Amino acid sequence: MGADPRQPILRMQGVSKSYGAVQILRGIDLDVEAGQRIALIGPSGSGKTTLLRLVMTLETPEDGTIEVEGELLGLRRVGDRLVKDSGAHLRSVRGKIGMVFQHFNLFPHMSALQNIMDGPVHVRGLSKDQARERALDLLAKVGLRNKADSLPRQLSGGQQQRVAIARALAMEPKIMLFDEITSALDPELVGEVLAIVRELAHETGMTMLIVTHEMGFAREVANRVLFMEGGHIVEDGEPEQVFGNPRSDRTKAFLGAVLHR
Amino acid sequence: MNLTVFLPALLKGALVTLEATLLSAAVALVVSVVVGLVRLSRFRLLRGAALVYVEIFRGTSALVQLFYFFFVLPIFGIDLSPMAAGVIALGLNFGSYGSEVVRAAVLNVPRGQHEAAVALNYPPGLAMRRIIFPQALAAMLPPFGNLLIDLLKATSLLSLITIGDLTFAGKSLVQSQGHVTAIYTLVLVFYFVMALMLGRLMQAAERRVPGATAGGGR
Ligand SMILES: Nc1ncnc2c1ncn2[C@@H]1O[C@H](COP(=O)(O)OP(=O)(O)OP(=O)(O)O)[C@@H](O)[C@H]1O
Ligand SMILES: [Mg+2]
Repeated sequence: MGADPRQPILRMQGVSKSYGAVQILRGIDLDVEAGQRIALIGPSGSGKTTLLRLVMTLETPEDGTIEVEGELLGLRRVGDRLVKDSGAHLRSVRGKIGMVFQHFNLFPHMSALQNIMDGPVHVRGLSKDQARERALDLLAKVGLRNKADSLPRQLSGGQQQRVAIARALAMEPKIMLFDEITSALDPELVGEVLAIVRELAHETGMTMLIVTHEMGFAREVANRVLFMEGGHIVEDGEPEQVFGNPRSDRTKAFLGAVLHR
Repeated sequence: MNLTVFLPALLKGALVTLEATLLSAAVALVVSVVVGLVRLSRFRLLRGAALVYVEIFRGTSALVQLFYFFFVLPIFGIDLSPMAAGVIALGLNFGSYGSEVVRAAVLNVPRGQHEAAVALNYPPGLAMRRIIFPQALAAMLPPFGNLLIDLLKATSLLSLITIGDLTFAGKSLVQSQGHVTAIYTLVLVFYFVMALMLGRLMQAAERRVPGATAGGGR
């Protein structure tokens, strides 16, 4: 497992999701290669967030399977049936995925440093000294070394989001999910957060799924762009192609609307 | 009227009241947390059992519960000292209210906190211990403070199962010495001062728990 270099790091097959009677994702098939940085774009309600939440196991698909490095995520094979997974196996697969949220979701009762250290110590079993050293490095990397002891409420939105990125990185995931990580920020704070992701992209080659409404950012950071609409992936290509010469009329219409606003 | 007789007797009773309050509070606290969390468990049977307990202890009289533990259990061979019966009865009674406080406070932690825990791969129990419960604690303390003061007052029921608490001491003094007004006024003052002290104690505890939730996401 994981030995085949051509095996996708993430594979979604026929993944569907509904809320009540409304189908949000309609049989999504998607292979993500290691090192791909995918920008997910599309109109509001097209299912971008839902797709990320399924990969993070925050939602369960009612149909289809998700595999990470060839291993089923959130499901276990029992005989020829698939049952809901929990416990050690679920966590061993889920540990390869990290997520940064629109609203940061920092732990308000912990300092910036504790937010970053807690998972490495209690989930991954690192020693406190190791975890602290690593957390301080990550804080330095996001430019907040001097805010280690601040509580989240003492930080600006942009700073909170940078701590949240450091917290996710501290778990050393192979795939990072970013869901509109700048859309809850004041405009003047957007740049500092995007700069971190940009740096991460160029320094680490980490696999990323990035939901964003910042088309300039998507074009610059992503090496693959997916346009979603109505629960389908309508277009899938390189940034140059999708932004410069979209094949689908729907992509064209969407880009026309957002770029010339 | 003889204060040198009244005060030592009442003070002795007040200490018994305080002891009963703190012991019952300890039982109630443990019961509150355990039952409050079990009410949120994934396992339906456990949830159901906890709900039955809460409904029974909230829905029946504390005094009758007390009599049950003191007079009825011995018939089935379970002989408890008055204090043990009283502490268990009051602890279980107040635990049923307390468990609702715990449950509500835990439910009030924003969903984003649970989601962040999943995204960081915390197992459910660890997420509860490290992330959810500490945040819920801040919301529990004020209602716990109210319950503690209610509990203090409820310990006066213990005078009915032969425990020499403050109420009992007052009653005995009145029987032996008269002076109904003076003695019962003193008893009220004693309760009032103890309630004040417990209130202060809870306020100090509240100050030590960070106020949580601000900026916690949804
Ligand atoms: N928990 C839920 N219950 C019911 N409906 C939901 C729930 N979560 C999302 N939806 C609905 O599912 C649809 C798709 O949501 P999703 O958040 O995936 O879209 P999106 O592409 O991320 O949109 P946006 O750009 O606005 O963030 C929306 O119409 C939304 O209202
Ligand atoms: Mg969204």
